[in-house]
Amino acid sequence: MCLAIPGLVEEVFQHEEIAMGKVNFGGVRKNVCLEYTPDVQAGQYVLVHVGFSLSVINEEEALRALSLIDGDESSELSEKEVD
Amino acid sequence: MRFAAEFRSESRAAAIADAIKRCATKSWRIMEVCGGQTHTIMQYGLQDLLPEKIELLHGPGCPVCVTGLDLIDKAIAIAARSDVIFCSYGDMLRVPGSSQDLNDVKAAGADVRVVYSPLDCLRIARENREKKVVFLAIGFETTAPANAMAVKQAKQQQLENFFLLCSHVTVPPVIEGLLRSQDNVVQAFLGPGHVCSVMGFRQYERVSQTYKIPIVITGFEPLDILDGIYKAVVQLEESRYCVENQYKRVVERNGNAPAQKVMEEVFEVCDQNWRGLGVIAQSGLRLNESYRRYDAENVFHVKTQPVEIVSPCISAEVLKGLKKPHDCPAFGKECTPEHPLGATMVSSEGACAAYFRYRRFEDEK
Amino acid sequence: MSDNESKFEMSSFCPVQDRQTGFIKLGHGSGGRMTDQLISEIFQPVLNEQHLNEKEDAAVLHLSSDKIAFTTDSYVVSPLIFPGGDIGSLSVHGTVNDLSMRGARPLYLSAAFTLEEGLECKLLDRVVSSMKRACLECNVHLVAADTKVVDRGGCDKLFITTSGVGLVESKHVPSANKAKAGDSIILSGDVGRHGMAIMAARENIDLECTFESDSAPLIDLSRNLLRLEDALHTMRDITRGGLASVLNEIAVASNIGIELKEGAIPVISEVKAVCEILGLDPLYVACEGRMIAIVSSEKEKEALELMRAASQGEGATVIGRVVEDHKRKVVLRSLIGGRRIVDKLSGEQLPRIC
Repeated sequence: MCLAIPGLVEEVFQHEEIAMGKVNFGGVRKNVCLEYTPDVQAGQYVLVHVGFSLSVINEEEALRALSLIDGDESSELSEKEVD
Repeated sequence: MRFAAEFRSESRAAAIADAIKRCATKSWRIMEVCGGQTHTIMQYGLQDLLPEKIELLHGPGCPVCVTGLDLIDKAIAIAARSDVIFCSYGDMLRVPGSSQDLNDVKAAGADVRVVYSPLDCLRIARENREKKVVFLAIGFETTAPANAMAVKQAKQQQLENFFLLCSHVTVPPVIEGLLRSQDNVVQAFLGPGHVCSVMGFRQYERVSQTYKIPIVITGFEPLDILDGIYKAVVQLEESRYCVENQYKRVVERNGNAPAQKVMEEVFEVCDQNWRGLGVIAQSGLRLNESYRRYDAENVFHVKTQPVEIVSPCISAEVLKGLKKPHDCPAFGKECTPEHPLGATMVSSEGACAAYFRYRRFEDEK
Repeated sequence: MSDNESKFEMSSFCPVQDRQTGFIKLGHGSGGRMTDQLISEIFQPVLNEQHLNEKEDAAVLHLSSDKIAFTTDSYVVSPLIFPGGDIGSLSVHGTVNDLSMRGARPLYLSAAFTLEEGLECKLLDRVVSSMKRACLECNVHLVAADTKVVDRGGCDKLFITTSGVGLVESKHVPSANKAKAGDSIILSGDVGRHGMAIMAARENIDLECTFESDSAPLIDLSRNLLRLEDALHTMRDITRGGLASVLNEIAVASNIGIELKEGAIPVISEVKAVCEILGLDPLYVACEGRMIAIVSSEKEKEALELMRAASQGEGATVIGRVVEDHKRKVVLRSLIGGRRIVDKLSGEQLPRIC
């Protein structure tokens, strides 16, 4: 029920006075309402739930979390799931 | 997918599991609140990576499962009307009411439509002015901002034919309810990450202090859950208790201010009936005075007589983490996902449904 | 007009009376002149099949073997036209594939069309042309056909039922009940494209995808794999219910257990993304041009080479093993190393996808 997934904001626009974005999820694009992340810009990642962005993903924190697990500073973000 | 793939890494999972094994000297019972977290645990078989000392309990964080029987009956009654287009998220269609579910009503000819966003309903309402479009608004605080925006938009666009049938539940009261209960066995919580992306986690600080219990705000990928468990175990081993944020890439202490603002504009707090747990005070949200005209219950005045089937269902105890699904005599026999007897078998995130689908390695004879 | 020219011609509209409207009417199913005109203006010129042209009650065929495979399937997909195919190509591929999975060489098809009053003739023409192209691709002949028209609302635009006959020339007939403990399980390519392409094509879902349905014939794959003779135990194509459903059926039919490795199951990132957005599991999503081969483990390497050399088999990969344990169940080792059951599908995941 709290199904929310991260996507890349490619474009920000207005539709009938609502802030909207074209968001790319692994190659699939969807229009998302950005009213709840009003300062988001193209190039940033957002967490999307039922067609609304709820949070701008903090890339530094993501990298930090991975580094802590890896025990080193050189962790990277990647698209591939299998090690 | 970025920000998902990295958090499903086998080697990292093994590293955290290893850290948990080294750290845990005693047995601990940890409850994840959110149904989405239960689903991840089952989907990835996370239990298999944990030492036996760590017992995972699955909490009441499945809004589909805990939607009151009377509300389902109301939904069915409203959906059956010929002047109504009834819209809902897909997982609600199979939830049984007193005698049938929304799929039955749909099969009988009612206009019941699956939507993926509440904004879809506004479009349907605009395109079908002669019908009343009713949206079944179920969910935790995660989904409330979206539903609030839909109603707010309806008001701005002066849409006369859009209504909300609302059953929103909030997390902090149910956690407190569990902790206040005499038979509570939970020693630490994995807090609901997406709920907190909206609400922040300040509400949980008082709970953690009052009941002296660690609460780790946790995400939904397998590494998040393992990391959350690790942080909880560390606190427990060190006899500490506080709110810790594991899901920092998404959650901030104060949450999402614009979302909270719209929720406050549209909703007010109320008592709520949780299927399997009973009424929990101040644990729900309903449309407030300014938006009451969009409340389907106000408009349709449906009388229902909910009849809970007398059954061996033990979902109340499962929801509290006191019993496991296979402790129930009906589990897998009279009670299956195809014909669920109670809350926890109803949706794939309910503990019983999840166990049935994912953990029956040997057939019960 | 020569035969060659008429093969790919998109014939112009409907019978004389309806040239203005170009829609199917109840009269087209009456068996009278309007039916004749429908056949002579759309079906005959596009399909250009000798047996159909003879207009007999049945096609009399000569078969060189007394062991034949026979199958049937209905196609009710919505929308009729989707990225990567349409109900026409689907109805040919699906039936041809069922024959191929039993090791048969597909030869002849029949097709029964149920048309809804009001169906655009242009759309029917397009679907029938697509069927013709698919038949040519698969080297099969459509030798029997029927058309019925129902009232508006009696069906959703167009349903097609195809039956198929193929020759079983091999001594060893692959079967769902022949899987043995120790066997290798090989998947021919990535899963989930068809179901998700259909979902994305539906209007109520606002998703932009670039991938297409994987609807395709598996004849080449089947023919190559038959060279393994009795080392080839099972072939099954994956359709509705997805990979999980096929494997569960085999586990029950052969009374064995199946172990899968999640990391080994190929799913393209776009399909994965759509599944995550909609809350669906790719293991249960329909394919229409993918198959499973279960072979003796000693022949695993050879099987992979044979599949990768075949059309539609380039992505063939081993995804698991047949085991003695947990009989009749499919167990998955997840990306992070934990285990879970891959249960039979319960209820409708996606309506009307094939």
